[in-house]
Amino acid sequence: MQNLWLIPAFPLAGFLINGTIGRKLPKFAVAFIAIFCVMFSFAWTLKVYAATQSFITPVTEHYFTWIQSGQFRVGWDFTADRLTAVMLFVVTGIGSLIHIYSRGYMDHDESFARFFAYMNLFMAFMLTLVLAANYLLLFIGWEGVGLSSYLLIGFWYKKKSATDAGNKAFIVNRIGDFGFMLAMLLIVINFGTLDIATVTAAAPGKAAVTLTAICLLLLVGACGKSAQFPLYVWLPDAMEGPTPVSALIHAATMVTAGIYVIARSSNLFSHSATASEVVAYVGLFTAIFAASIGLLQNDIKKIFAYSTVSQLGYMFVGLGVGAYSASVYHLMTHAFFKALLFLGAGSVIHACSGEQDIRRMGGLRGKLPITFATILCAGLAISGIPPFSGFFSKDAILIAAYHHAPWMFWIGVVTAGMTAFYVFRAIFVTFFGTYRGDAHPHESPLTMTVPLVILGILSAVGGFIAIPKYLDPIFPAGEEGHAMGLVVVSVAAGIIGILIAGVMYLGRPRKESAPGPLYNLVYHKYYVDEAYNAAIVHPLIVTSRSVLWKLVDNAIIDGMVDGAAAQTRNAGNLLRKLQSGSIRSYAAWIVVGSVVLILAMGLTGAGR
Amino acid sequence: MSAPAGVPLTWFLVLSAVLFSLGIAGFLLRRNIITVFMSIELMLNAVNLTFITFSYQLKSNSGHLFAFFVMVVAAAEAAVGLAIILTVYKNRGTLNIDEVESLKN
Repeated sequence: MQNLWLIPAFPLAGFLINGTIGRKLPKFAVAFIAIFCVMFSFAWTLKVYAATQSFITPVTEHYFTWIQSGQFRVGWDFTADRLTAVMLFVVTGIGSLIHIYSRGYMDHDESFARFFAYMNLFMAFMLTLVLAANYLLLFIGWEGVGLSSYLLIGFWYKKKSATDAGNKAFIVNRIGDFGFMLAMLLIVINFGTLDIATVTAAAPGKAAVTLTAICLLLLVGACGKSAQFPLYVWLPDAMEGPTPVSALIHAATMVTAGIYVIARSSNLFSHSATASEVVAYVGLFTAIFAASIGLLQNDIKKIFAYSTVSQLGYMFVGLGVGAYSASVYHLMTHAFFKALLFLGAGSVIHACSGEQDIRRMGGLRGKLPITFATILCAGLAISGIPPFSGFFSKDAILIAAYHHAPWMFWIGVVTAGMTAFYVFRAIFVTFFGTYRGDAHPHESPLTMTVPLVILGILSAVGGFIAIPKYLDPIFPAGEEGHAMGLVVVSVAAGIIGILIAGVMYLGRPRKESAPGPLYNLVYHKYYVDEAYNAAIVHPLIVTSRSVLWKLVDNAIIDGMVDGAAAQTRNAGNLLRKLQSGSIRSYAAWIVVGSVVLILAMGLTGAGR
Repeated sequence: MSAPAGVPLTWFLVLSAVLFSLGIAGFLLRRNIITVFMSIELMLNAVNLTFITFSYQLKSNSGHLFAFFVMVVAAAEAAVGLAIILTVYKNRGTLNIDEVESLKN
């Protein structure tokens, strides 16, 4: 017994403590409880890792039976294999760093305890998600992280835009969740169980069309959670939340849940070529689509948000072409450098007193040296420059894509160039030139810079953690073959992207040229939000107002309820006349009643 | 034992009904509380007469028992009722039942 349940239980305890009595505790106690609980999860993961010889065989633990209905059984079971281990280390490790960072970042916030309570709640659900041994338990974690995400996006609930963004994230995720639920129903019907190990073991014997349906529905769920086209729209808006939230939930961990589910169900996907192909297409399109939007954004967090969408697209490509371990590899390195980019952005925003527009920054290199150095590491990593971490994982995906279909590789390379361009555009505009804002930028406190430095080191050398080799027992490696030419091409794309950004944004300020129609199209994010509003949201609101509200609710439902009330009142008015309060009239009624009764008995002969 | 000669059962019952109806009429029509109170006593005793008649006719003690119960209740009622009437008169200075109607409204 490795007591895996302790891993999510501790953050849950932290949530309960900070959520109930946190407001009365001093700040250091709140932060200590929250950080300690997450670090404990990390430590316990390490302990289990050591005790099981790096999860060489999966650890499965049964705690209690949750649902029992005939043959169908769902237990509260946790399982941990090497894939889980990678997720556990990423979630608890980066989670710990971001919790420490939040201590400094949220210092001046009045809802300090609420913030840490939600963060711990998120950790508890995320760890439940990755440890779950069956789809239903996984779904609890899945919904739970959605809930925490909603709570944290709308954390500053006095801001209308923040609550709107929270609602949007929740509602868009519901669409994905619906797909996930249908997938679970199909699994129950076809496999008779929700146990992931049993399902994946039984997958080869099932009809291809069944597997494809299940996989496509799982993909819908994954698209919602991992912000893939067409359900990615919530993620850029989710940047309304505090920056540590964007780093932890909307860059490093929660958005990788979709990747995790597909990787976890890899046996289903590898038996359905159609579904895998769709996964790859969705990922590829999302990657280049989001990267192109990222090119022209001016809000530093929005740039990184679109970058996240794009990088998640990369991971989907990896999953689609069967390079599961490469995807998980990229998931991990992306967690390092994207969390770092967001935390760095948070440090910059903190320094500039809440300013997020890169046009109102500039020249921060000298004022925020640590932030600059670490963000540069992350930038080089995401651009795929060797030997930074992103290089290894991105190339693993691109090479696998090349072996699957060369054109996918070329689109991936173009995306890589665009990625390098927009990240370095943000870095150059923010850190070089002269300062254009009115705040007095200052370096962040130690609680914020220490996590930055640790993540900086991980972004630089994290690629040497040989994830594909570690995951070999779970995802048998396909053809590896380090194609030197392909590597050179993708690295060149990254370098060219950086150089173009340098030419355009370093040195003298760029003249404003009149924007062309293509520029406008991209600048307005291809009008996707507007299209969704016109096609779905607006008709829905209009129908709700005219039909559901005015007709169904006001006329029919209210009519019935009000009608029942009115009839009751009328009847009451009538009966009320009897209750005159005069004893004599009561007596008279009694007499009348008795006479009627006696007459009736006499007439019907009941008395005889 | 048989019924007293020449007085059939029906007479007792008719007398009882007449007394009861008089009681009702008095209760409904009179204004003075004491008269109303006496009407109630009249009705109770009309019922007692019926009980005794049937008890005598059927050679059963139950009717007697009931009659005694009713008498006890009537005695208690007389005690409480007269006390209430006295208090009402002391407080309101009237015995007109139509003026004692605080239950109304």
